[in-house]
Amino acid sequence: METIKLTIDNKEIDVPKGTTIYKAAKELGIDIPTLCYMELHDMGIENKPAGCRICVAEVSGRRTLAPTCSTKCEPGMVVKTHTPRVLNARRTVMEFILSDHPKDCLVCSKSGTCELQDMAHRLGIRDIPGAEYAAVSTYRMDTSPSIIRNLDKCIMCRRCEMMCNEVQTVGAISAVNRGFMATVAPAFEQNLEHSTCTYCGQCVSVCPTGALTEVNHVPQVLRALVDPTKTVVVQTAPAVRAALGEEFGLAPGTLVTGKMTAALRALGFDYVFDTDFAADLTIMEEGTELLDRLSRHLKGDTTAKIPILTSCCPGWVNFFEEYFPDLKDVPSSAKSPQQMFGAIAKSYFADKIGINRKDMVVVSIMPCLAKKYECQRDEFSVDGNPDVDFSISTRELASFIKQANIDIKNLHDEEFDNPLGESTGAGVIFGTTGGVIEAACRTAYELYTGKKLERIEFTELRGMGGVRSATIDFDGLPLNIGIAHGLGNARKLLDEVRSGKSQFHAIEVMACPGGCIGGGGQPLHHGNSEIIKARAAALYTEDRKKPLRKSHENPFIIKLYDEFLDKPGSEKAHHLLHTHYFDKKKKIMIKK
Amino acid sequence: MSHIKIELRKEDVDFIKGVCATFNNDPQELINVLHSCQEHFGYLPAEVQEVVSDGLNMPVAKIYGVVTFYSFFTMTPKGKHPISICLGTACYVRGAEKVLEEFKKELGIQVGESTKDNKFSLSSLRCVGACGLAPVVLVGDKTYGRVAPDDVKNILKEYE
Repeated sequence: METIKLTIDNKEIDVPKGTTIYKAAKELGIDIPTLCYMELHDMGIENKPAGCRICVAEVSGRRTLAPTCSTKCEPGMVVKTHTPRVLNARRTVMEFILSDHPKDCLVCSKSGTCELQDMAHRLGIRDIPGAEYAAVSTYRMDTSPSIIRNLDKCIMCRRCEMMCNEVQTVGAISAVNRGFMATVAPAFEQNLEHSTCTYCGQCVSVCPTGALTEVNHVPQVLRALVDPTKTVVVQTAPAVRAALGEEFGLAPGTLVTGKMTAALRALGFDYVFDTDFAADLTIMEEGTELLDRLSRHLKGDTTAKIPILTSCCPGWVNFFEEYFPDLKDVPSSAKSPQQMFGAIAKSYFADKIGINRKDMVVVSIMPCLAKKYECQRDEFSVDGNPDVDFSISTRELASFIKQANIDIKNLHDEEFDNPLGESTGAGVIFGTTGGVIEAACRTAYELYTGKKLERIEFTELRGMGGVRSATIDFDGLPLNIGIAHGLGNARKLLDEVRSGKSQFHAIEVMACPGGCIGGGGQPLHHGNSEIIKARAAALYTEDRKKPLRKSHENPFIIKLYDEFLDKPGSEKAHHLLHTHYFDKKKKIMIKK
Repeated sequence: MSHIKIELRKEDVDFIKGVCATFNNDPQELINVLHSCQEHFGYLPAEVQEVVSDGLNMPVAKIYGVVTFYSFFTMTPKGKHPISICLGTACYVRGAEKVLEEFKKELGIQVGESTKDNKFSLSSLRCVGACGLAPVVLVGDKTYGRVAPDDVKNILKEYE
């Protein structure tokens, strides 16, 4: 490969042609500050609008300072990243950004994790000249079921726009207007709720400031916990245990399952259950549906829709309802684990402990913001009483634990309650890309072939590639599996399904890069994809430690079918555990 | 931003789709498509942008971003006689702002708006290259030079 020799801060380096100064400097251990640039290279995600102008440097032979994030290295280039001229320019740019930014850091929900705040500290900004004269431009606040847009705090880094358009291909938001009115907004500056937003929350997870945050449901949960008439049940999604520790200074990938359980009990939840149980249940229903459709398909039944698509991810459900409503019969009708849990908790479990569903509050801890919207969908409630009352994110739980003076790092590990707390390793890996379909294969293989699965780990389904495929041998039947994470990747597979070219029997889709471990409600990764990989590794570790690793072996799942549901796909199971989808494509009005 | 709700007729939709097709439904041709649509409709209401979005297979948010970026594009219909007041440096120092204020007062509208009867609309621009005539006002294609606030009533009278 052709390389280029250049000098940065008196250090020489050879880099491949096309490398930016920013990246070359990084190789040399020079960390040039930036507010807009972001890269998650394993996922092919890069944002470099050269908008913030913080990353500027002096480049030989160039009159003006160069934005290093988007200036390519040239042979013999001499770059200086911290001359007085550069530092002065950087400071001036920062002062301009801050002059049009609210100064309410003390009470901002992003305080402590805000990149703008960190940058002001890093650059040693101690006052903002002219701040007392300049009015901060204001923009109306927009609250949707999942996400709050407070655009007074937007610094136009446009990371959210890149995530929404290029990575997710949702196109709900774009840069609009000019000058002080410039901001990122949905078409016609409507509220997010009226846009094509899927609530995947990836915009929130890359926002450097408090411009995009989640709707906070902790106060409602607290009210339920202190209400003596309510029995409060909590469920925790698989990806939460692999990331919650980061909020308390633990290394990414530290599993805190037992400590999290202890903390939830200390918070006052009456029953601490696990969404992983419902993940096992999902496998029973979805796996049965897969085998049913597959056997009908193999017999030549053209009404059997193949491939079957997973339906655990609410961001993904919102996406196909908006963009592929013609394919709404293709995904599995199985509800997501969150909603299956709610439906079982407020029927089977409420009966067991002898209370009315109205006196039970189900709270879910999710790595996800779309879950907030999902639990509010009309079809997931009975007579106005939702199956899941509140969904809070990993970040909200961390904040709640801190407010309650719980020193989570020093808690002794505790176990989940039963019957809805027992899970297998298959339920655990639901939180990472490839995990749902691996869990499904473990069960479907044994149900289909009637033989014991010797090799439990389908490593060919794992990894971080955006679109992956593998063929699994079902005792002579080659089963073609497709996997996509990130909605842009899902769109590619969906386009194939629509055109009839898809070769897959089953496809797993997760809306967020990396799967739920990279969800919009997780601790912020600040552009470090190693964090996401560490979380995935943690889930695979927990899977290996489980005595049972196939969903159909979960004794409490077996009991649930014996006592209550009869068998997977039964009428009762259909009523409680399955759903249907809607055509939500925005229509153009035409006058006749 | 609130926008004017209109219902497109089938021939309007066909027109927009036709324009998109002329440009091979290529999203890179967005600005050309918007030019043609604005020429035809006089402005670019949300509904037109939605059909363009469909025709070029690109998010309507992106289209709205472009429409709000370029001052040439407008989402409010222009009046029958569009009035533009030059606020370039030369016109400004010779009192263009007072002239603009007078137009606002006489018409009862702000910059970017149209009168209720859609007869006049008001906009400002930066320099028409006739600084010798400052301050300059354009009504449709007609240019008025050395305009004083007292002239405003008479100019409007010409169009009654």
